Amino acid sequence: MNKKAIFFLSTILGATFAQNGNAAYELNLRAPHSEIAHQIYDLHMLIVYVCLAIMVVVFGVMFYSIYKHRKSVGHEASQFHEHHLLEVVWTIIPAVILIAMAVPATKTILAMKDTSAADMTVKVTGLQWKWEYDYIGKDVKFISNLATTQDQIHGKSEKGENYLLEVDNPMVVPVGKKVRVLLTANDVIHSWSMPSFGVKQDAIPGFIKETWFRADAPGTYRGQCSELCGQAHGFMPIVVEAVSEEKYAAWIETKKAEAAAGAAGSDKEWTKEDLIANGKTVYEKNCAVCHQANGAGLPPAFPAMTGSKVALGAMWGADGKYLKDSHVDRLLNGKGVMPAWKAQLNDVEIASVITYERQALGNAATVDPIVQPSQIKAAR
Amino acid sequence: MSSTTTTHDAHGHDDHGHPTGLMRWVKSTNHKDIGTMYLWFSFTMFLFAGALAMGIRAELFQPGLQFIKPEVFNQLTTLHGLIMIFGAIMPAFVGFANWQVPLMIGAPDMAFPRLNNMSFWLLIPAAILLLASFFVPGGAAAGGWTMYPPLSVQGGMSVDMSIFALHILGVSSIVGSINIITTIFNMRAPGMTLMKMPMFVWTWLITAYLLIAAMPVLAGALTMLITDRHFGTHFFNAAGGGDPVLFQHVFWFFGHPEVYIMILPAFGILSTIIPTFARKPLFGYASMVYATAAIAVLSFVVWAHHMFTTGMPVAGQLFFMYSTMLISVPTGVKVFNWLATMWKGSMTFETPMLFSVAVVFLFTIGGFSGLVCAILPVDIQLQDTYYVVAHFHYVLFSGAAMSIMGGVYYWIPKWTGHMYDETLGKWHFWLTTIAFNVTFFPMHFTGLAGMPRRIPDYSQQFAEFNMISSLGAFALGLSQLLFLYVVIKCIRGGAKATNQVWDGAQGLEWTVASPAPFHTFETPPQVK
Repeated sequence: MNKKAIFFLSTILGATFAQNGNAAYELNLRAPHSEIAHQIYDLHMLIVYVCLAIMVVVFGVMFYSIYKHRKSVGHEASQFHEHHLLEVVWTIIPAVILIAMAVPATKTILAMKDTSAADMTVKVTGLQWKWEYDYIGKDVKFISNLATTQDQIHGKSEKGENYLLEVDNPMVVPVGKKVRVLLTANDVIHSWSMPSFGVKQDAIPGFIKETWFRADAPGTYRGQCSELCGQAHGFMPIVVEAVSEEKYAAWIETKKAEAAAGAAGSDKEWTKEDLIANGKTVYEKNCAVCHQANGAGLPPAFPAMTGSKVALGAMWGADGKYLKDSHVDRLLNGKGVMPAWKAQLNDVEIASVITYERQALGNAATVDPIVQPSQIKAAR
Repeated sequence: MSSTTTTHDAHGHDDHGHPTGLMRWVKSTNHKDIGTMYLWFSFTMFLFAGALAMGIRAELFQPGLQFIKPEVFNQLTTLHGLIMIFGAIMPAFVGFANWQVPLMIGAPDMAFPRLNNMSFWLLIPAAILLLASFFVPGGAAAGGWTMYPPLSVQGGMSVDMSIFALHILGVSSIVGSINIITTIFNMRAPGMTLMKMPMFVWTWLITAYLLIAAMPVLAGALTMLITDRHFGTHFFNAAGGGDPVLFQHVFWFFGHPEVYIMILPAFGILSTIIPTFARKPLFGYASMVYATAAIAVLSFVVWAHHMFTTGMPVAGQLFFMYSTMLISVPTGVKVFNWLATMWKGSMTFETPMLFSVAVVFLFTIGGFSGLVCAILPVDIQLQDTYYVVAHFHYVLFSGAAMSIMGGVYYWIPKWTGHMYDETLGKWHFWLTTIAFNVTFFPMHFTGLAGMPRRIPDYSQQFAEFNMISSLGAFALGLSQLLFLYVVIKCIRGGAKATNQVWDGAQGLEWTVASPAPFHTFETPPQVK
């Protein structure tokens, strides 16, 4: 009767509050798109049916008893309180059902654990709050950030179709190939989850864990970090694009070209305006989550950028090397919860974001007002 | 089973000067007063932690960030969990143990009345530490009630306050457990053998052992955490040769027995209420005792089913899957025994019975979703999603909390001497049950569809179900104010309760006057 109430309520509310066309009352696991996900889907349906059958029998008995054996209909209480055969039977029957469940589950576990004979390997690193993908042996490595804008999150603009489930750089894999995924983390525990492939593996700092999947159809698949990892835990989605082998090969080449272009920028002389413009993008993607888009920070955990001693102070010593605890030092090496960015951002990005922080967000540094990518390259 | 003299004795005792006013409570060594304090403490914490949940559901009412910042959201989920578990559910059961164990076994009081006082008053500084942690720089602990490092190592001083609070609560629980075990073993009325004890006493005896075994393990994990935070040790820091997952193993070695600490006394309450209103003895008393003991033993070998996604070796995964599935056998036995107790009874459905029947039904749903999660490959999809949130609220709210409510309605006439308002009690029951299901049933669906737990914002496909859950949650929260009203109304007055209260009730507590006099069973009753 409560379920009926829920159904009734959900229908009414759904009709009243439905906000957009693509929302749906999803009632089950996502459509499976790998062999393992198919097995999990079937296992889940099997156990749900077993549970429903047991429920119908057990609660059929209970509600019959509630209906018939009540004082108000004049039922007299019997005084029996033991029945050994019955007690043995209802201990053994569940045990038998459990063994029947355990057999297919065990088979799937053994298959999930078998990472041998993979066609390719990708190392995935969880960072607060983004994912890094490193295609082993391919020389392709990039960071994948949430692409949803802060305006959408704060209700200042319309939420897109893939709100919170979209990234700037998706992981791209060829369809039908066995992809071995090595997982680790840089700071705290994250969890890489891709429901369509039946994969969820914690990324644990200091350890490498492995899992695998093989996408059975081209498409874009979406998941989210599934282990609480701090304030932006809900804002680090995972997107995998499964494409044909040719498209995959072309994508690898594009990624390599992008990396080369990024490295080339290091040797060029940049104008202050270009650095600030480029720095704004880098800042909003990487820094705003803690230091906030307006630079106000979230003290005491995340200091304000506006008026910061680090962002306004000198960066370079007399010897031409960066000073300890200077703006450059902080970006490259981090401190405490501030991550080290030297492995995640290229020279242009670091130079741009430093310049942006010194010349925007209410700051106008007079000492070392800007920094060139070439200086960062030398400082590394 | 006679104790007509106790009423008279009690009167004599009341006169020779135990403290009155505030000091009556501060210095109390009386199991009934201490039981009352435990229950009020628990109810206060229940309302507070419930208010935190209202904040969570308000933010999740719609996609997008509206009311609270993500880090505050994490503080709310963390403290909601910690306070509900350690501040609301556990102290409520200790309150029941204080009131009922001596009355049910015919003892004049607990074995160690002063320790009893201490174990209650330890709760207060712990609660202050938890509540005050919202006001220190950086806000309350935000790493989840499970406090996994390295995230919990990043937190501010509120994490230390929470750890200290849990240490204090652990001491309180251990002291309380020793008291309960000693009372049960040494102070039973002549003739009450172990296998004649009321089922509630049995479940608490086993729970007390679980507490003594599990709480020191939590203390160990927390101590390692605090030395990692402040004294440069590396128990959980891989860079220093430690392992973050070690914390999870130690934590859940405590955490899974903890789950049964919160449900076994609830089973005891159900096993007391159902026979009363079926007017029929509990079916399979002996198998109930064995099933409870079996659950307690198994609870120590299933912990890593909370960690199926950490990447354990396959042998570990299989072991923990099989052992977890096995727990459903003794749990099933309990449910079957309750049904057999109801079968061919002469049932009436006063509020305590309504709660009990609802608990049997809803707890079983929680048991089934637990079985679904036990199947490891399926758990891979469900771990850390809203499915798990649905599962543990079905066992902890509709299992533990609703049993507590049923128990309060059942025994409050004995405690206050007044009958509660049956109409309002039934209103409270129906509102709670319906609102509970509206809140938590849709979470099975959002979880299956992949919505992670502990997120302040979600993609739009989950919008409808979250809105339903939020509306249900607000109704559920408001309904508990009705409970508060019913309890206060009952304390202040109402129809005079008879000594027997319920015509089908069995046991020594129904042989004393209502309200139970300050001192009872100074001359032990004889049990045949």
